[in-house]
Amino acid sequence: MTAVPYDEALAEFEPVIGLETHVELGTASKMFCGCATEFGAEPNTQVCPVCLGLPGALPVVNETAIESTIRIGLALHCDIATWCRFARKNYFYPDMPKNFQTSQYDEPLCTDGYLDVLVAGETVRIPIERVHLEEDTGKSLHVGGATGRIHGASHSLVDYNRAGIPLVEIVTKPVTGTGTMPAEVAKAYVTELRDVLRGLGVSDVKMEQGSLRCDVNVSLNRPGQEWGTRSETKNVNSLRSVERAVRSEVERQAFRLRAGERIVQETRHFHEDTGMSTSGRSKEEATDYRYFPEPDLVPIAPDPVWVATLKDALPEAPSVRRLMLTKELGLSDNDSEAMVNAGVLDVVLATVEAGTSATEARNWWLGHLAQSANTAGVDAADLPITPAQVARVVALVNAGTLTAGLARQVVDGVLAGEGEPDAVVVSRGLAVVSDEGALAAAVDEAIAADPDAAEKVRSGKVAAAGALVGKVMKATRGQADASVARRLVLERLGVTADLS
Amino acid sequence: MTDLTRLTASETAAAIKDRTVSAVEVTQAHLDRIATVDGQVHAFLHVDTEGALAQARKVDAGEFPGPLAGVPLALKDVLTMEGVPTTAGSKILEGWRPPYDATVTARLKAAGVVILGKTNMDEFAMGSSTEHSAYGPTHNPWDLTRIPGGSGGGSSAALASYQAPLAIGTDTGGSIRQPAAVTGTVGVKPTYGGVSRYGLVAFSSSLDQAGPCARTVLDAALLHEVIAGHDPHDSTSIDAPVPPVVEAARSRHIRGLRVGVVKELSGEGYEPGVQARFDEAVEILKDLGATVTEVSCPHFVYALPAYYLIAPSEASSNLARFDSVRYGLRVGDDGVNSLEEVMALTRAQGFGAEVKRRIILGTYALSSGYYDAYYGQAQKVRTLITRDFARAWESVDVLVAPTCPTVAFPLGAKLQDPLAMYRQDVASIPSNLYGGPAASFPAGLSDGLPVGLQVMAPTLRDDLLYRVGSAFEAALPAPVPSLAWENA
Ligand SMILES: [Zn+2]
Repeated sequence: MTAVPYDEALAEFEPVIGLETHVELGTASKMFCGCATEFGAEPNTQVCPVCLGLPGALPVVNETAIESTIRIGLALHCDIATWCRFARKNYFYPDMPKNFQTSQYDEPLCTDGYLDVLVAGETVRIPIERVHLEEDTGKSLHVGGATGRIHGASHSLVDYNRAGIPLVEIVTKPVTGTGTMPAEVAKAYVTELRDVLRGLGVSDVKMEQGSLRCDVNVSLNRPGQEWGTRSETKNVNSLRSVERAVRSEVERQAFRLRAGERIVQETRHFHEDTGMSTSGRSKEEATDYRYFPEPDLVPIAPDPVWVATLKDALPEAPSVRRLMLTKELGLSDNDSEAMVNAGVLDVVLATVEAGTSATEARNWWLGHLAQSANTAGVDAADLPITPAQVARVVALVNAGTLTAGLARQVVDGVLAGEGEPDAVVVSRGLAVVSDEGALAAAVDEAIAADPDAAEKVRSGKVAAAGALVGKVMKATRGQADASVARRLVLERLGVTADLS
Repeated sequence: MTDLTRLTASETAAAIKDRTVSAVEVTQAHLDRIATVDGQVHAFLHVDTEGALAQARKVDAGEFPGPLAGVPLALKDVLTMEGVPTTAGSKILEGWRPPYDATVTARLKAAGVVILGKTNMDEFAMGSSTEHSAYGPTHNPWDLTRIPGGSGGGSSAALASYQAPLAIGTDTGGSIRQPAAVTGTVGVKPTYGGVSRYGLVAFSSSLDQAGPCARTVLDAALLHEVIAGHDPHDSTSIDAPVPPVVEAARSRHIRGLRVGVVKELSGEGYEPGVQARFDEAVEILKDLGATVTEVSCPHFVYALPAYYLIAPSEASSNLARFDSVRYGLRVGDDGVNSLEEVMALTRAQGFGAEVKRRIILGTYALSSGYYDAYYGQAQKVRTLITRDFARAWESVDVLVAPTCPTVAFPLGAKLQDPLAMYRQDVASIPSNLYGGPAASFPAGLSDGLPVGLQVMAPTLRDDLLYRVGSAFEAALPAPVPSLAWENA
């Protein structure tokens, strides 16, 4: 045991958290050249002298990326710089073509904002330190090793398609006062931020494709004492993992602190499979990035009038929109918060738009689909099922084609990639059987198998029919229409009780 | 028959235009000249015989109407040219053939200029003698035992030995002007941002500027006009009309022009012969009707140390990309060495001593804890130097000074003393830090070796350089080298 249970840890220590979020912007072209940014293209097909960092090539700023970053800053209530510069962050890495990243250092585009999030019925204000713009790196693939990692690999391949895609970094100030819920607050923040970004239309914010990535900082201190040494956990790539990363780090640090050990200031790597992190580079041997203003670019001076226009044109904040919609749909505050924190509000709304009632949509996304997501270790919104497909399943239930149990099997089929709901119904043979001829044999078998129950029914104890109906359902693998089965059982046993 | 290699660029273009000669004949004459003399001069790193002749044939087919169509040119090997080796004088880029043209290269091609090949230079343009080229030094046509200047010694030596009537140089701290001075040719560093840097292998991004080199002022202006102008691929390129340089180069009069002699760029460190030619040049300007006053630019004395912080700092970052991963040299990739080891071995073997010296200097100057004291402080000096220029423009139109403190020194003389080498650029660096245009014009000989007159002008007033140059050239024609070694 190398961890103190979460609740116990937080009864003893106060957490300070911080989040750095990287967002790939959805611009048509890269940050400093005209190359396309499509995800999943053949390696090294979306490259040119500029994003390959060839000798002599020079960057030119993508104006749309600047606009998107300013809009993000405005949505997070930041001050927008009237003059700022890009800076070079120098370090050697093979997937970074110039061996420096064009980024922003002490002159970010946006500073000093906040984002309000709802956790356990309370609004928590997350202070934003800065929002800045930089370029993404390429991707290395290590070949020949067991784990795809560099150790043991025989050689490496580099894909520069991603190199130079505009990346916005959103950094919170240290967040204190999260009490017993730092993990929940962290998750609520990233969820809310994702909704804000999606509402702005600046990114597709797909954590599983890496267009939204998170680094999580955590430290613990005893009440009344100075903040502790923080660790930075990288590679946290789902909402669920944001929560798990904070949780496991709180538990790990509490254990060390209790044992009188020191927390090392370090970078830790989060592993989706185990939900744990491992130690990476120690900050005590940290790289000196030798930042200096990028001489190949001229300063950016956003016109305040233009910025004001962008501000006026911002879409409604998700929190406001959510309030309106949940009221309209008649959902409770608890439901609303649960949906937000599960990251499913948007898909719930889309499901309602596709034709279900609010309750039906809520029940699916917070019920069976939430469980499936948990089992699969992904966020519910990222499950391979669309709101339209969920709505179709609900429609089949309402039409009597599916029972609740069958509906879950249909959904499982869709999640397993077996196709549209209707196709799954056919291929798995899941439609409700209400045809009396088809059920007659099963009814006879049930009566023959349980003469005691049959006799009780004949003698007027109608309630005993339940056991026989259950047998029919079992024999038909749940596909029988239960009310038809019940009527047939009673008829066969000569009971003509009022079934109403 | 006239020796076609002795013509000026404008004469050559006129002859081709009225079909007195063909572009192919002109090109072949220069290729022959290169074959004859470049074994001794070593101006070229690569001669693009096929490409040059192909371009000449297109000119003869009437494809290009421009004023320099068919005129041969020597391109400094720091500018990319599609499919043609580009080394920047370094082993680390040996064998690299760029997949794209620099904007300057593209504009030359589009103007029908015939690019003969790529010229030698100090590695990554770091030096004042071409002795830091990884491919051996270039020799000064005035005296083969002496340096041709640097970093663009290949370009200036090609001009002075009649291997080309035009050349492109790049000037970060004097690399166009000092070679022009010590070879008796014309070299112009345009206003920073006046000529695109796209495709110029970067040394110091905030200082690098490509510019024209020629044997006459008019030729330089004609070339200037071809390569200058806004380029959307270079964010630092100025979106303004090109100053009327050709008109100025034909004007030949400076009556009433206010000329300031920079007090701080004379005296100690300047060879007596250089100072004497400069003083005579000032007298000539007076005779031509200019009013001459002495102007003090007190911060110019800090230009050299500031430059040796800013330029290496930027270079340390610009040269980081040479890591063996994507192009160029790769050393030690034996399947055992790690990636980091291969990168380190490649850089250790691929870069020369001077480049390493500057990378280390720049890395140090940008380091956390030293940044403010070095890079930050140097930027403040840069601001002060810019203010010196601004104050000077309140009383004069142009500033003049010797281009460099000495005539061409013997090969090897300063190789063991980097600081003495660095001082070659003491008078040229202020204009780079400021960003304004500056030029070197031939100003006679000292002990048989050329001396340069430097003219500096306000930003975007490149035309003033040509006005002074054209008048001065008319009064004091450029010296002609004997090239006695050719027959020796
Ligand atoms: Zn590109």
